[in-house]
Amino acid sequence: MTSEEIYAKLQPIIATYLPEDVSADNINRDADLTQELNINSAHLVDVVLDVEDAFDIELSNNDLETLRTVNDAIAIVEKKVKK
Amino acid sequence: MEAKSVISKLPYSKPFLFVDAIEKLDDNGIAGYYTFHKDEYFYEGHFKDNPITPGVILTECMAQIGLVCFGIHLLKDELDKGINIAMSSTEIDFLKPVFPEEKVKVISQKIYFRFNKLKCKVKMLNSQGEVVCNGTISGMLILKGS
Repeated sequence: MTSEEIYAKLQPIIATYLPEDVSADNINRDADLTQELNINSAHLVDVVLDVEDAFDIELSNNDLETLRTVNDAIAIVEKKVKK
Repeated sequence: MEAKSVISKLPYSKPFLFVDAIEKLDDNGIAGYYTFHKDEYFYEGHFKDNPITPGVILTECMAQIGLVCFGIHLLKDELDKGINIAMSSTEIDFLKPVFPEEKVKVISQKIYFRFNKLKCKVKMLNSQGEVVCNGTISGMLILKGS
């Protein structure tokens, strides 16, 4: 799976949990999920659970600690899907 | 035994503690009780001369038993420094009114507890065993100092 394919699959998941005043147009690979896209910590967990289902992977607490930006999410998924 | 120690660790006090007793507690769920006494502060205004327990208070009671007591059990030994808690979302249907002096039972089942977020399916029954409200509640339980 290429990082482009992962990114395409991630976008709608992230878009689901954006607050009302943040447009999906703001999603880009460098966007910080909580600081820029304003996803709160409870919804960040929902994003992670949806990502686990979408890619059939499991994230650990350590993975969550390294997750800041969309690129981080892509890197985590890339690493897990390859295994 | 554990039930009492769970209640003692709750971060609430009167007039906002809505847990009397825990009947059942394991890693999948919890059941507990609360009796709404006629002198609770909110009956004075909800409603004028017609006291009915507000839905937000029923929700709070379900959250205190169904999420916070349950979460304290799930976190067990990690809890020495206490926890910070926050309700993050609720979706509740209210089916029947709860009047002063009614004893209610709250039953909560875990949907998941991951990355500090606890999500549960929760219902409240009156003393006739009728469901007065039900739905899902989620909250964040974060250990202090973490």
